Amino acid sequence: MNISESLRIAVDGLLTNRLRSLLTMLGIIIGVGAVIGLVSLGRGVENFVAAQFQGLGSNILFVFSSQPTSSTRTTIQPISTIEARALADPTVAPSIRQVAMETSVPAVVIAGSRSTQLLVSGVTPNFTEVRSWTPTLGEFINQDHLDTVARVAVLGTTIVERLYGDKTYNPVGEVIRINERTFTVIGVMAEKAAGFIGDENAVVFIPITTAQTRLSQSRTRDGGYRVDVLYVQARDESRMNSATLEIETYLSDAHGIIFRGEQDFTIINQADLLSSLGQVTGILTVFLAMIAGISLLVGGIGIMNIMLVSVTERTREIGIRKAVGARASDIMMQFLIESVILSFVGGTIGIALGALLTLLGGLLVPDLELALTTDAIILATGVSGFIGVFFGLYPASRAARMRPIEALRFE
Amino acid sequence: MLKLFRRSVNGHHAETPPARKVVIDIRGITKSYKMGDIEVHALRGIDLKIEEGEFVSIMGPSGSGKSTLMNILGALDQPTSGTFLLDGVDVSRLSEAELARIRNKKIGFVFQNFNLLKRTTALRQVELPLIYAGAGNRTKRARAALESVGLGQRLDHLPSELSGGQQQRVAIARALVNEPAMILSDEPTGNLDSRSGTEVMQIFQRLNREQGITIVFVTHDPWIARHTQRVVMLRDGKVIADREIANPLVAGEHERPSEADEMEAVFKDAYYGGRKEEYN
Repeated sequence: MNISESLRIAVDGLLTNRLRSLLTMLGIIIGVGAVIGLVSLGRGVENFVAAQFQGLGSNILFVFSSQPTSSTRTTIQPISTIEARALADPTVAPSIRQVAMETSVPAVVIAGSRSTQLLVSGVTPNFTEVRSWTPTLGEFINQDHLDTVARVAVLGTTIVERLYGDKTYNPVGEVIRINERTFTVIGVMAEKAAGFIGDENAVVFIPITTAQTRLSQSRTRDGGYRVDVLYVQARDESRMNSATLEIETYLSDAHGIIFRGEQDFTIINQADLLSSLGQVTGILTVFLAMIAGISLLVGGIGIMNIMLVSVTERTREIGIRKAVGARASDIMMQFLIESVILSFVGGTIGIALGALLTLLGGLLVPDLELALTTDAIILATGVSGFIGVFFGLYPASRAARMRPIEALRFE
Repeated sequence: MLKLFRRSVNGHHAETPPARKVVIDIRGITKSYKMGDIEVHALRGIDLKIEEGEFVSIMGPSGSGKSTLMNILGALDQPTSGTFLLDGVDVSRLSEAELARIRNKKIGFVFQNFNLLKRTTALRQVELPLIYAGAGNRTKRARAALESVGLGQRLDHLPSELSGGQQQRVAIARALVNEPAMILSDEPTGNLDSRSGTEVMQIFQRLNREQGITIVFVTHDPWIARHTQRVVMLRDGKVIADREIANPLVAGEHERPSEADEMEAVFKDAYYGGRKEEYN
């Protein structure tokens, strides 16, 4: 007997017991649907988090002042512009490509009759490079602006909306007032997607020199100006750790730090952050997949259960088939194919269900770009096929091993 | 009793035409199995030859071993010892798959309770042995078999839509379709009313007469046995009589004795349908 006949007999068997076939498949449908839905949810979260951090720039270390943990030192010596420039010097720190600085000043920004309060960021021109973030309208702050301590500002879209009522408005050339001083708007930054870091579009960038001299006067001990955040870009990804070490060595020396607990600054590695968050979200995905896997297992046991019932119920049928010439292997194939078909059809419907869940999830939470991943589909299909064979094997071999006389006598 | 043997184990009797092929050749078959701790000897040494074209009844009371013998004849079970040549093939040495092939090619079963598949049309039922044989032209052959038992108009009917007699005719068509060496039947009329039973008997007699098909009945109904040509009587796992029936009844031409007459016969110590010496 060839495979197409076995297939036909199995399909006949399934079609004569429609309701039972459907109920058997339900377990697999739900299991596979859950695997695909939950895995794509997990992936969506992973991608979302990764995208958030990649949006910060590449090969970036963040350096900012922080409270020392040791009681031997209670004061913070602010990071200064002089230290930042030293770090940008390859003879001091060979692993560092460039250093962007940011100094924040609380300010009231007024345009016409509208006003808003925020921390205005004084930045260096290379900020656009390290953060991979450029203006869509006008231009960014350049070295000339810094040298001339120019009163120019680049706005984020949220600020444009607050000041002009429409975030698509082009304010380039307009005059705004920041802390009672007039500034000319020279650009608008590209809009960033909302993330858990907060609304990054609520920013006003001005030249760092303007922030340090016109809006705030905080000088540092070494004669420079206070800097809130350093964005340090390493030469390449492999030199992130040596860059960290160079910053640590230089700043510890400059700040007179004797041991680690006295350290009054913090260095955050974007890659570390990303990988540790990636681990968390990866665990989330695995966790979700495991839950879904359990339901798939339950579905498989359901198939085995119903196939066993079916074998018992169809004992007489097996007897008849054997009496007219079916070999044990024919019976085995029939039941095995039945269970494989059940799990495969169930798996296919499950994939459709998973796709539907993914689509619905994507509509409900647009920020999570939920995608039906091929590996989830392959996994679910493979697992359901395996379940069909694995959980079908025992019932099928029970059916195959039945002795024809006893099977025929079965009531 | 053994003197009544129609044929000796060792050779052909003079009255047997030598050209006839031996379909069943059983030599010294025994069958015993365990029921709990007790060993049951169902067959205690059976010798039996059935030739092509014969129509034989195997009779005997309950427990005589006739069902066990039928299972062995049908290649559904293996004997404990002895040899069984079916159409020249030694069945007692075959593997499971080979037995299945023998059942498929050489034997057609007709059971008392029909044993049709539920929710399967008559045509598909009859195709079943052809499917397992891997034969071609299935639909045509299955239809021809159904037509030969007068069910050409019932091809797409399910067993539940057929009368008992019609169901048994589907079973006969299924038994026939692979052109087996013999049809083996266990009380084929046992579940039928007398009219349907007569119809089924007519079909068997016609198949035997016109196509020369070898038929073996297992029955305890002497009336049925009288329609066959030869009766093999078993008791306690042994053949106690093996005789030809001089004038077999033709199905439908004779009225079965009424229950009153059968009752009477019991008291007269003259069981209807057979001769007295067959039963002692």
